[in-house]
Amino acid sequence: MAEFDKNILSIKDLTIGYDSKIVAEHIYFDLKAGMLCGVVGINGIGKSTLLRTLGGFQPKLSGNVLLKGQILEKYTSPNLSKELSVVLTEQPASKNLTVQELIALGRQPYTNWLGTLTKDDKQQIEDSLEAFLLKELRHRKCHELSDGQLQRVLVSRAMAQDTSLILLDEPTTHLDLYHKVQILKMLQELAHDKQKTILFTTHEIELAIQLCDRILILDGKENPFGDPCQLIEQKHFDRLFPSEMVQFDAKTGSFKISK
Amino acid sequence: MQRAKTFRISFVFLTLALLCSWLLNISSGSVSIPFAEVLSTLFGETPEIASWEYIIWDYRIPKAFTSILVGGGLSLSGLLMQTLFRNPLAGPFVLGISSGASLGAALLLMGTSLLAGYTSFSFLGDISMAIAASIGSFLVLLIVMLVAQRVKDTMALLIIGLMFGSITSAIVSVLAYFSSAENLQRFIFWSFGSVGNISTNQLLLLGSIVALGVLLSIISIKSLNAFLLGENYAQSLGVSLKKSRLTIIIATGLLAGGITAFAGPIAFVGLAVPHLTRQIFDTMEHKVLIPAVMLYGAILMLLCDTLAQLPNSASVLPINAITSLVGAPVVIWLLVRKRKMMF
Repeated sequence: MAEFDKNILSIKDLTIGYDSKIVAEHIYFDLKAGMLCGVVGINGIGKSTLLRTLGGFQPKLSGNVLLKGQILEKYTSPNLSKELSVVLTEQPASKNLTVQELIALGRQPYTNWLGTLTKDDKQQIEDSLEAFLLKELRHRKCHELSDGQLQRVLVSRAMAQDTSLILLDEPTTHLDLYHKVQILKMLQELAHDKQKTILFTTHEIELAIQLCDRILILDGKENPFGDPCQLIEQKHFDRLFPSEMVQFDAKTGSFKISK
Repeated sequence: MQRAKTFRISFVFLTLALLCSWLLNISSGSVSIPFAEVLSTLFGETPEIASWEYIIWDYRIPKAFTSILVGGGLSLSGLLMQTLFRNPLAGPFVLGISSGASLGAALLLMGTSLLAGYTSFSFLGDISMAIAASIGSFLVLLIVMLVAQRVKDTMALLIIGLMFGSITSAIVSVLAYFSSAENLQRFIFWSFGSVGNISTNQLLLLGSIVALGVLLSIISIKSLNAFLLGENYAQSLGVSLKKSRLTIIIATGLLAGGITAFAGPIAFVGLAVPHLTRQIFDTMEHKVLIPAVMLYGAILMLLCDTLAQLPNSASVLPINAITSLVGAPVVIWLLVRKRKMMF
């Protein structure tokens, strides 16, 4: 299983930001196939910027991003779309699409110039519908769906794109606890069963600790990365928020309001 | 798969409707010709009165084909713009594209005589008219596109489109003030919109422009579908944003500009038809929508032209007024039933 040991995503000394302003620097981490990784940190620390940089939506400032051993910028757009899919915070532009139509768009990198779906494409779409419990909803329009359902559709579309890496920007926002857990558990299943590498940003630190294989904490200094238990032992979560407001309880892996 | 079957039935139905409205269109006009005579003339026989043959072959049939090109082309340009701008209210008229074409046409019709002192129009020809209107619509389209990149708000975009309309009409007024009565009249008749009085050569030119626009739309089908998710998602699906955006803009400019050059600014067809089409074809797949809006637009235009002819009377109403009378209430009706006004 030499293939399994290879890094899907490898980040070395990455600096992200905009032309004049550095948002975050000294980011290092490696992800292998089948790993679910959460990115946590306070608002404005650069979680979304990191995701946009990794997704190829904005240029990095310096450092290296290797996707399957190749420099990210070297990928042509059609080749990249077969290796990397995204779920963004923005809503689909047209909410008049049906669930099935939207998921079918995930097959675009593989279809011919007219977008004709082959038997293989249809099978992928069926699998993606099934994995996210959407078979019953397939003919529904997106505007008829609840937030939780729509989020499942968007993740399912990324799965249909069949890429080795999936990036998700805050997939749990606007969802209640049940649907947060549901979507994260589904992501975990997708990562472990289909050997997909999944990286997502979130504010649900407690859930991330329980479900993720790796966590990247953006703190503006060291940006620690590792196994959640390891990070707890090294007391990295304790420093995440000002301690006069909230404190991290290492025993339960949760935050408590300071009295 | 059930849906593919319903679409096929709808297509057959629409094609039949197109044929019927085409026949209706050529059998009505200022001179009343019995329907049987129209049919037999179509099949190559000589009608009772010799001039009928001329009326049908040299006037009504080119006019009917112009209606088909104008209706189909404008509707397609509306569909492209709604997808490109992610805005259900986008259309060549609303976003100021037709105003741009008008400005191009006005500059050519009235401005040249202003600059060169006295120039006869025949010297300029049809092609320069098509080019002037197309350039006008391209420029406005590019400016609107640039603004759309900055302003994400759809309402703001529409207001900017309206402002373009005001600016162009202001410039047109200034030009009109200094222009000769003859040129002014020419421009005013052009701005009423008309699908008649088009020569075979002009028809061929218009046909080629529309065909080119349709071709560019067909090669953009995949990126159009990806744009339904938004530009970032489209990019992540391997769509080259710059290239496909430009292709779609050129297609829209050719369709809206070329058609406006020959038929004048025709309102509401481009905006209303895509929405009407989606009432029948409940899909967002452009592979289905492109032929569907073109058929629907052609039918609507043929019917509007039949109305404008005021059967059996010598007067012809401006087609622009008819399409507005039909189109504007449709848009209001769709807005009131808000859910359906999505794209």
